[in-house]
Amino acid sequence: MSFLFHIGRYAMFVRQVFGRPVKHRIFFKQVIREMDVLGLSSVGIVVIISFFMGAVITLQTAYNIDLPIIPKYAIGLAARDSIILEFSSTIVSLILAGKVGSHIASEIGTMRVTEQIDVLDVMGINSAGYLVLPKVMALIIIIPFLVIISMGVGIFGGWTAGTTTGVVPSDEYIYGIQYMFVPFYIAYSLIKSVVFAFLITTIAGYWGYYSTGGSLEVGRSSTRAVVISSIQILLFNLILTQLLLA
Amino acid sequence: MIEARNIIKSFDGNTILKDVSAIFKPGQTNLIIGQSGSGKTVFLKSLVGLHEVDSGDIIYDDRDFTRMPDKDRIKVRQEMGMLFQGSALFDSLTVEENVRFPLDMFTKKKLDERRERANFCLKRVNLENVNHLYPSEISGGMQKRVAIARAIALNPKYLFCDEPNSGLDPKTAIVIDELIQEITKEYNMTTIVNTHDMNSVLGIGEHIIFIFKGEKYWEGSSQDIFKSDNKELNDFIFASKFFRKIKDKL
Ligand SMILES: Nc1ncnc2c1ncn2[C@@H]1O[C@H](COP(=O)(O)OP(=O)(O)O)[C@@H](O)[C@H]1O
Ligand SMILES: [Mg+2]
Repeated sequence: MSFLFHIGRYAMFVRQVFGRPVKHRIFFKQVIREMDVLGLSSVGIVVIISFFMGAVITLQTAYNIDLPIIPKYAIGLAARDSIILEFSSTIVSLILAGKVGSHIASEIGTMRVTEQIDVLDVMGINSAGYLVLPKVMALIIIIPFLVIISMGVGIFGGWTAGTTTGVVPSDEYIYGIQYMFVPFYIAYSLIKSVVFAFLITTIAGYWGYYSTGGSLEVGRSSTRAVVISSIQILLFNLILTQLLLA
Repeated sequence: MIEARNIIKSFDGNTILKDVSAIFKPGQTNLIIGQSGSGKTVFLKSLVGLHEVDSGDIIYDDRDFTRMPDKDRIKVRQEMGMLFQGSALFDSLTVEENVRFPLDMFTKKKLDERRERANFCLKRVNLENVNHLYPSEISGGMQKRVAIARAIALNPKYLFCDEPNSGLDPKTAIVIDELIQEITKEYNMTTIVNTHDMNSVLGIGEHIIFIFKGEKYWEGSSQDIFKSDNKELNDFIFASKFFRKIKDKL
């Protein structure tokens, strides 16, 4: 019952987000600002996590396929495919669900409980659109760059771990990451990340927008936004993998 | 002029407003008084359409707001200014940007003109040299004034104030009350003020509506209010020892 209620209200919320727009000039200014707030501030954590993730994937792969008949460059190849196909888009999105999702839900939730959203509504501004659409656009624009950064850093992390521990020589790894490279995999990953960006921003916006009460409830909305957008990311990851790769 | 006819509003089967009707005239401060939880905020938010009423009509100078399509409502909305209980300034904007906000959204004026208008409004509420501060950097009384400046930026015909002096010290509260009254007269606005503060009632109560548990129990002016024999109204007014003493002296 409650589940269906939220699905229905979320659908109407998303429609409202894409409803009557504000002036273009104001909208673009907001998008730029949000790109700065949501995207650039996340580069650091994306780099750190991707580096270690790439390193661990490479070492795991190396220990798992430690057979003489398998050439060493296969480590680079396997690590590359795991990073590009799955880890970068999923991990970056999960990081953003935590960082950006909670930020959005608490910002909009605070605006709700302090009646700032009512101020917009009284003026006849489409408050859901005004507040959430710039965030949706900003994250959709910026997430592909974050995912590409994550891919590069992840593969570099793999190289660093592989060569310093000696499980794979540098030239084999570099040969491996170029071997049988399928460019579509990158596109596939970016498409997924754009869908995830949409989910993160709209779900976080939804929980913030419908906050009631005071700061305690805003905190609760923010937690809920993170949990639910993370679950949706994993669910849609499954669906999109089946749709795009099958 | 704003006319509310037979307003009924409930939440989840819980009727908050029970058939409230009232007429609010321009150029005077119309007060809605009543205990906390009596439905003042719900009434004000119903008038401006933040809550959809279950039944009844709200008429803005012969325009039936309740039965209007959204696109016509937006026009009426641009004639409204509203002051919320907690000021509700936008945290991420400076004082000047807050006041300029409605102008930025709805006018085609150049930036210079918008800034000039914002500064005019800020001056009208006696605020100067705070343009570049953020709401968190100014006092509660100043925040209220900024909110008033923002509410009057578009020269509204209708001004709504939800407990404009809650959270303020008595002296600042009176300043804010008087400011609202002055502006109302100056621009001949139709102003509706929610309050549970007896100082406001006596200070600026030209037309007073007393709401008790979602019903209109009494209506009159601050001159009549002490003479009423309405029990609920008397319980409300004479809740404090101070006002009981005054009554004994009358
Ligand atoms: N959005 C809402 N949903 C459900 N109940 C509400 C809502 N807003 C107000 N109420 C209820 O309506 C009653 C009147 O509230 P309110 O108008 O805020 O009183 P006040 O006179 O103090 O402003 C309260 O019992 C409150 O719980
Ligand atoms: Mg109230």
